Amino acid sequence: MPYRVHSSEQIRHRVDKAYFVRLLSEHLKPDELLSAEEDVKPYECDGLSSHRARPWLVALPESIDQLRAVLGLCQTHNVPVVARGAGTGLSGGALPIDNGVLLCLSKFRRIIEIDPANRLVRVEPGVRNSAVSEAVRRYGLYYAPDPSSQIACTIGGNVAENSGGVHCLKYGLTVHNVAAAKLLTLDGELLELGSDAWDASGYDLLALVCGSEGLLGILVEVTLRLLPLPETAHTLLAGFDSVGQAGRAVADIIGAGLLPAGLEMMDNPAIRAAEQFVHAGYPSEAAALILCELDGNLAQVEADRERAHRILEDCGASTLRIATDPAERMRMWAGRKAAFPAVGRLSPDYYCMDGTIPRQRLAEVLGGIAEAGQRYGLAIANVFHAGDGNLHPLILYDANRSGELEKAEALGAEILELCVTVGGTITGEHGVGSEKIDQMCVQFSDAELNQFHRLKRAFDPAGLLNPGKAIPSLHRCAEFGAMHVRGGRLPHPELERF
Amino acid sequence: MDHGNDDTENLLTAVRAAIALRQPLSIQGGGSKGFYGNAGSGAPLDVTGHRGIVAYEPTELVLTARAGTRLTAIEQILADHGQMLSFEPPHFGPSATLGGTVACGLSGPRRPFSGSVRDAVLGLKLINGHGELLHMGGQVIKNVAGFDVARLLTGALGSLGVILEVSIKVLPRPETEATLRLAADPPAALRHMQALQRLPWPLSGLAYQGGHFWLRLAGAEQAVSAAAKRLGGDCPEDQEGFWNSLKEQRLAFFGGQEPLWRLSLPPAHPHLSAWDDTVIDWGGGLRWIKCPDPADQLFNLARQAGGHACRFRGGNRAEPCFQPLPPPLLALHQRLKQAFDPLRIFNRGRLRPEI
Repeated sequence: MPYRVHSSEQIRHRVDKAYFVRLLSEHLKPDELLSAEEDVKPYECDGLSSHRARPWLVALPESIDQLRAVLGLCQTHNVPVVARGAGTGLSGGALPIDNGVLLCLSKFRRIIEIDPANRLVRVEPGVRNSAVSEAVRRYGLYYAPDPSSQIACTIGGNVAENSGGVHCLKYGLTVHNVAAAKLLTLDGELLELGSDAWDASGYDLLALVCGSEGLLGILVEVTLRLLPLPETAHTLLAGFDSVGQAGRAVADIIGAGLLPAGLEMMDNPAIRAAEQFVHAGYPSEAAALILCELDGNLAQVEADRERAHRILEDCGASTLRIATDPAERMRMWAGRKAAFPAVGRLSPDYYCMDGTIPRQRLAEVLGGIAEAGQRYGLAIANVFHAGDGNLHPLILYDANRSGELEKAEALGAEILELCVTVGGTITGEHGVGSEKIDQMCVQFSDAELNQFHRLKRAFDPAGLLNPGKAIPSLHRCAEFGAMHVRGGRLPHPELERF
Repeated sequence: MDHGNDDTENLLTAVRAAIALRQPLSIQGGGSKGFYGNAGSGAPLDVTGHRGIVAYEPTELVLTARAGTRLTAIEQILADHGQMLSFEPPHFGPSATLGGTVACGLSGPRRPFSGSVRDAVLGLKLINGHGELLHMGGQVIKNVAGFDVARLLTGALGSLGVILEVSIKVLPRPETEATLRLAADPPAALRHMQALQRLPWPLSGLAYQGGHFWLRLAGAEQAVSAAAKRLGGDCPEDQEGFWNSLKEQRLAFFGGQEPLWRLSLPPAHPHLSAWDDTVIDWGGGLRWIKCPDPADQLFNLARQAGGHACRFRGGNRAEPCFQPLPPPLLALHQRLKQAFDPLRIFNRGRLRPEI
């Protein structure tokens, strides 16, 4: 679906494309600047493939001087800029703008310095997430955040989106694992945020930049905190006859004082899809499945494992298995890690949501989701980072059937609003991007959104960085409120919704 | 649960009146950390009447409380449920409040192992310099909607708004903790700390004080005793006593009239040999020294080491106590202040003379 920035969020300019290409060519080599239709087409979406826009120009600089020159020209000519890492984001944060420059940071892929003594690594933003852990492994260290796209996604994108993964409960999100960053502002200042110490002087701008979705500046360097590799990890798999039982088991594990490295839940449609796909040995009949991973030193893990086992048993697990060797653990995780593609096999398209809820409302929220799915006539499989309350409902639909994508999006919007209603949030780890920008109007008041806009202007007075993402304009919210979809009924089904 | 008192309306009225009169305000919690930061100015705005724990569900690992709630009350209710504040905040007096703790952003010995105040902050309610009530962040562990204003306000010393309510992630208390003590000089202690942090030992404290290297282990009983056996050293009688005295600065070192400096450095930075009389915390990341030297000398030293310095207590309070910022960064700080508090109503001068 072609996506256009809301009119109130558009940056208008009348710069001639050929002229701007000439200006940029003074700083970029021919293969570092793409302008032909067929060259820019591959960049028209990120991991959210339902939102597409053809970028005006694509720049692939390889030095900070080039970056500075591109930003300077954009600032002078009022041209919007969208930064992009690997383009794996799921919320359209790197969705291009049809009159803007898409700034690809994929050539910034050096690991600059490994500092094992301070357990830090300094990298350029285009370094892949998993490449970090691979590079520092010989020092007995690793980088904890592991978003599911870690083979491909880049550190710059991870910081911009404040990415999570399955280990957030114990090890935190990206914001908890970054020590410092260098941020290039539109006017060419290189700001050093954070430090190699445990804190820095002044405002915590590093925390602010984490999850800022490319709205504040361009990251050119990131220093990550590393952890010693755990001595061992054991995984428990438990099947339950009801989602309620599984939810109680999760609460009891946390209530007992255990802090698992991973605590994941899947519902029956997700279990069956995963089992058919990778044959991980999951109980296909179970209503819910829990994977509980404990890591650390051996004595600790053994003690924790026994307690977790007892709790899962007491909560009425109908299946209970333990994996202590790496091969068996990998097999247990294979199903969970393949859950998205597995669901993808069941349906031509699926739409992945990312709400977070207080865990105690889980059964109620899953009930609400199932009810909404029935109302829309769409199937839903649920994958849940149960430890931290982050829910990923996967809505199955067929984009080739007229109106089905719109139905899936309306159902998704309803699910997110349900998350807000029960005290949660519209996005736990994927970011707002273009995808959930309307739901920001539900979660935040006009005064709060205004505060966000003022904050952005402190970094980017002209609003050129990633307009139309993350923070909605009040005009958009007014319009959204007026045509708010409720109960699956579009008030004006004949109208296009952008 | 004591639901305390909701003073939001009074505080909003007071702030709006101050804005109308352009009257600077000095936000007052329990006053336990009044010594910290620059002197600041303004008419007092007392937030201690806005108190009480608003929500706490142990299995969610989240607690929400009003800013004026005493830290002791929060730590008590958490302890009753086998949980704790992960960042082990210093109180510096019985009147310490949650709001002041978040505004000062100070964390205790556990910080390198289970995170800082800002790591634990999930969301907060504030009054900005436009007299608006804002709710930033959330009450769930994972939330990336909107800019992370809650963490921006953590450690901002009240300069961006009046913190009214905070949601924080809490952690289970370790089943067991054990403290070990080994004789060591500062360089040897730093070497120990570095080596231990390269491996997955069950640590919750690494410090140096008074000719000894101190380490605290935390976790399951089996894990702690197995580690203690391998590491050696003696077990002091009052195990918690040392860490409390370190965090609350009750060790003899912290007494006296000389200005106390806090140097936050990369943990592996070599011992600062000019100061053998030192206390080291955070596995080498925090060096406390007493020094009458001109501030610039220490600021330079810390900057060259890759960290920053702060005159924590004592000395001339008319002199800025925090490490100066490079001009572009200072300008950004001023623009952010402008974005939240354009009339500079809140805690004027407390964080920086220019803020």
